[in-house]
Amino acid sequence: MEQLTILLIVIPLMVAPITALIPSEKVTWLLTLIVCLISLAISCYILYEVIDGSHVIYELGGWRPPWGIEYKIDSLNAFVALIVSAMGCLSCLFAYRSVPDEIEEKMIPLFYAAFQLCLLGLLGIALTGDIFNLFVFLEISSLATYALISMGKNRKALTAAFSYLILGTIGATFFLIGVGFLFAASGSLNTADIASRFDSFKDMQLVETALIFMVMGIALKAAIFPLHSWLPNAYSQAPSTVGIFLSATATKVSIYVLLRILYDLYPVDYWVNMLLPQIMLSLGCVAVIYGSYRAWQQTEMKRLLAFSSIAQIGYIVIGFSLVSQLGLTAAILHLFNHALIKSTLFIGAGILLYRANTTELGSLRGLGRDMPWTFAAITLAGLSLIGVPGTVGFVTKWYLLEAAVEKGMWIVVITIVLGSVLAIGYVWKIVENLYFRSKRKVHIQDVPSGDSAIARTPKTMSAALWIGAILCIFFGLNTELSFEAASSAATALLKQ
Amino acid sequence: MTQLALTDLLILSMIIPIVGAIIISRLDKHINLRETVTIVTAIILFIINVDIYLSLDLDHAKDVAASRFTFAEPIKGLSIAFSATAFGSLFALIASGLWIATSIYAIGYMRAHNEKQQTRFYVLFAVAIAGVMAVAYSDNLFTLFLFYEILTVSTYPLVTHAGTRDARKGGKTYILILMGSSILFFLPAMVIVYFVSGTLTFQEGGILADNLDMIWAAPLLLMFLFGISKAGLMPLHKWLPAAMVAPTPVSALLHAVAVVKAGVFSVMKVVVFIFGTDFITESGANHWLIWIPLTTIVLASFIALTKDNLKERLAYSTISQLSYIILGALLANEAGILGGTMHIAMHAFAKIALFFAAGAILVASHKKYVSELAGLGRVMPFTFIVFTIGTLSIIGLPFFGGMWSKWYLISGGLSFQGPAATYWAVLIGLTVSSLLNIYYLLSIPMTAFFNKPVKSSTEGNHASGHPVGEGIKEAPLACLIGMAIPTFITIYLFFDPQVFYRLSSTLTNF
Amino acid sequence: MIEYIVGHINYWLIVAIMMVGLYTLMSRSNLIKKLAGLSMFQTAVILFYVSLGKVTGGTVPIISEEYSVYSNPLPQVLMLTAIVVGVATTALGFALVIRIKEAYNSVEENEISAMDEKE
Repeated sequence: MEQLTILLIVIPLMVAPITALIPSEKVTWLLTLIVCLISLAISCYILYEVIDGSHVIYELGGWRPPWGIEYKIDSLNAFVALIVSAMGCLSCLFAYRSVPDEIEEKMIPLFYAAFQLCLLGLLGIALTGDIFNLFVFLEISSLATYALISMGKNRKALTAAFSYLILGTIGATFFLIGVGFLFAASGSLNTADIASRFDSFKDMQLVETALIFMVMGIALKAAIFPLHSWLPNAYSQAPSTVGIFLSATATKVSIYVLLRILYDLYPVDYWVNMLLPQIMLSLGCVAVIYGSYRAWQQTEMKRLLAFSSIAQIGYIVIGFSLVSQLGLTAAILHLFNHALIKSTLFIGAGILLYRANTTELGSLRGLGRDMPWTFAAITLAGLSLIGVPGTVGFVTKWYLLEAAVEKGMWIVVITIVLGSVLAIGYVWKIVENLYFRSKRKVHIQDVPSGDSAIARTPKTMSAALWIGAILCIFFGLNTELSFEAASSAATALLKQ
Repeated sequence: MTQLALTDLLILSMIIPIVGAIIISRLDKHINLRETVTIVTAIILFIINVDIYLSLDLDHAKDVAASRFTFAEPIKGLSIAFSATAFGSLFALIASGLWIATSIYAIGYMRAHNEKQQTRFYVLFAVAIAGVMAVAYSDNLFTLFLFYEILTVSTYPLVTHAGTRDARKGGKTYILILMGSSILFFLPAMVIVYFVSGTLTFQEGGILADNLDMIWAAPLLLMFLFGISKAGLMPLHKWLPAAMVAPTPVSALLHAVAVVKAGVFSVMKVVVFIFGTDFITESGANHWLIWIPLTTIVLASFIALTKDNLKERLAYSTISQLSYIILGALLANEAGILGGTMHIAMHAFAKIALFFAAGAILVASHKKYVSELAGLGRVMPFTFIVFTIGTLSIIGLPFFGGMWSKWYLISGGLSFQGPAATYWAVLIGLTVSSLLNIYYLLSIPMTAFFNKPVKSSTEGNHASGHPVGEGIKEAPLACLIGMAIPTFITIYLFFDPQVFYRLSSTLTNF
Repeated sequence: MIEYIVGHINYWLIVAIMMVGLYTLMSRSNLIKKLAGLSMFQTAVILFYVSLGKVTGGTVPIISEEYSVYSNPLPQVLMLTAIVVGVATTALGFALVIRIKEAYNSVEENEISAMDEKE
């Protein structure tokens, strides 16, 4: 059983170089899909095993911790791994037609190789129990991400990738400095070991500095306001498949790291009395309003969704800054729910890009009437973003509101609710342009409009879209799995 | 009828309209079959609701648990559940009964008006009715909120049916106000209730009594009042006139009967089953909150006076009448609740008759403005008699059902225990508003019957279709039949209000 | 005070390199110079770790009979990994710079932003 967990790392690691060497676009796609499906199966199995609160422990190479690297998997790890692999599968399904359309043929094998490396990195972060190992996987996934983003069609993708590279590396290096300080203070790199011996070195100034550096570094990776500036460009310029995968996973995994640092590595009472919870809470609230407001101003769909992501990350930050069982559960639950919502919306944007070669809302006018099923799915995901009951978005909103009311923080309640109202504004913008505006002549390169050569939505893309949309509703009505996983994760985090 | 269990009947009441919608959507090419299916579905739904009503044991109306049916439990402790209550049955009977009338009316209207996309209209109508059934039979506040929101979303395409720029603008206002206010106010208020009392299930006597400090009763109730903006309280009433861009059958059923009644139904449910009338009276929450519906009643009546567009005038009249119901709820005494609840029924029948008449006028003579209606009554006598009867019921005169609800409302006002200023304001407000009703509603049939028609289309403020007298006949037959049904019911209810009286009085029996 | 500064001179120097690197990163608009700054910043962190591992009087961590005190090998090993990561990042960065040069015909950040704004 423990051996299975390392397979999550080893399989993509071995398949990626092979994928890079095969020149066929279909075979590389198939390899990637198989890797994602295997990861999904293994993650499901592991989650099923640990959801009752037990752990799965795997020692790499048989070296005992704290000198060896150890994977200690509880429900939080398994849950995040599940999110990552599920989103990987969904993006891969979508990629079948999207990647040949957006990326030049000779780069496709390299694209899939980079995709698998990104998956590998994110899964590694989710599973590991050693903070330096975490840094390594963080950089693996980030480097793969920079490469993936730069493959976007527009030349702005290059500058977006470059700016993300600079900022991301600064963030990772800050994190590394923090790890170094903690290592200097404790002499160990193993999360469980540091946590158990924490009292012996907790009075050193070094430890506080380490916390700040680590939090700042990860906050940059997680696009927590005000360290979010790389996100809009990166998400809007990346190829559609990458946009789907990243929006659903990259920032979520970084937030997971933040949770581990704040709740596992450091005991909660250490930082609860510093201003940290209040600062994070305010930043979360500002992120919600700022992100939603900027999203409302956008005219291009992917950029709009990117700003909306900033707001949603704000919700997650609010959730865990409330430092309560309910708040943490809401935050972890939103990792899952937002992944579902955002991936569905990005898949929708990708389909529109495929059909109409643009995601400018002004140019997409009336297209919803030609593609009623796509439009319906986008609307469902949009309603979920607003938080209409019956959808996943509502479940998170409810728990967040409950957590805020429990702590008596009325400003937070108002912010959460205001964020939803602003979300109505920008979701409405999408819906209005797609459905209610009069149709424009859609210009597709070299194909006159009205020509029957204009593609129909490929079945794989529609399938991916509808899987996402149906899951948004399904997990909105039947929250047993997600809630169980999130709350047992929250309990585990708070007990430490 | 059959020996179906109450639970099965409940499920059927929500599934039948959906099934009907699916069948109707396939019948685009066979319009006569399509209209038949619509009417048949409506009749079946009505029969099911009657069956539920008859199966209810009204003397032991407290025994709701037997019919409870849980569909899902998205959040721990919050389930989507339905149960058959007397109040729910009242709402469901009105909505499904009037659906039959509206369907008949709509056939005449949509064909005469040559509306496009008629199939979509009938399908969406059925879906909206399914939503109304779900609201009526919801067992807890969460389910109510869920279907309240779904109702907003599902009626939106009906409001913007015409597809014109004005329709879209109206639709935008509609959805922004309704959804925005429900998320801003209704949702947090619900969370607070859940947090304080640990449950959201409707219970007689309310669930807040032992759990909430009295001082918070008023602000919380205020949040609910503003959050349930379907009830049309000012200043969140703008969606109602905005929704008048919809075709008349939509305005008639949804915005005189179903959507707005879902709003006041929710308010009444919250007042009686979440707060509890005793809790409200003891905390004095209603002493100053009652000014809100009171102001709405009077202000909306004044605004109605100034409106020349017939449908807009009726819209403001609806806003005013809805606040009568909320006033009854906030009076929080036996007569007030009784009057308010009965007014849900009486106003529904009367208002729908008025809207049907307005639509008939539009279809037959293409006239929208009150100022052009002079003398029209002589060529369209049936329509204007319907209009007169509806008006008289709303004013509250004897021989029409509206008298009963007015009677109980005034009675409730007289026994209101509160500061003297409020007491007198309530009574004066009710009186003033009744007088205004006479003026702005009754003047319409008066001009229609007794004034000379406008000579040619150059006279008068608005260019109308044809001058009166030139080729205007009565409305199509289907419209006339559709209009006749609620009119007869309005008169019948004066002589035998038993059904609605019994259902309403269950709200006060504990 | 002086002992404090002199005793920790290595850390002060490392911080100085870090700051120079960060400053270069932020102030220069040439993309290649930015990468140089980033590289310096990362190098400083690497030096920091290695410096942490040095034990007073310790020798290189290779087992030999003549020595009994060794420096801590763990940070050095970790830094091997970090150096590789740094190299990969820099290589990726330069590859991007080449592509940007091909696409924009410039490697100055302000010129590139101006071109992007105009679109």
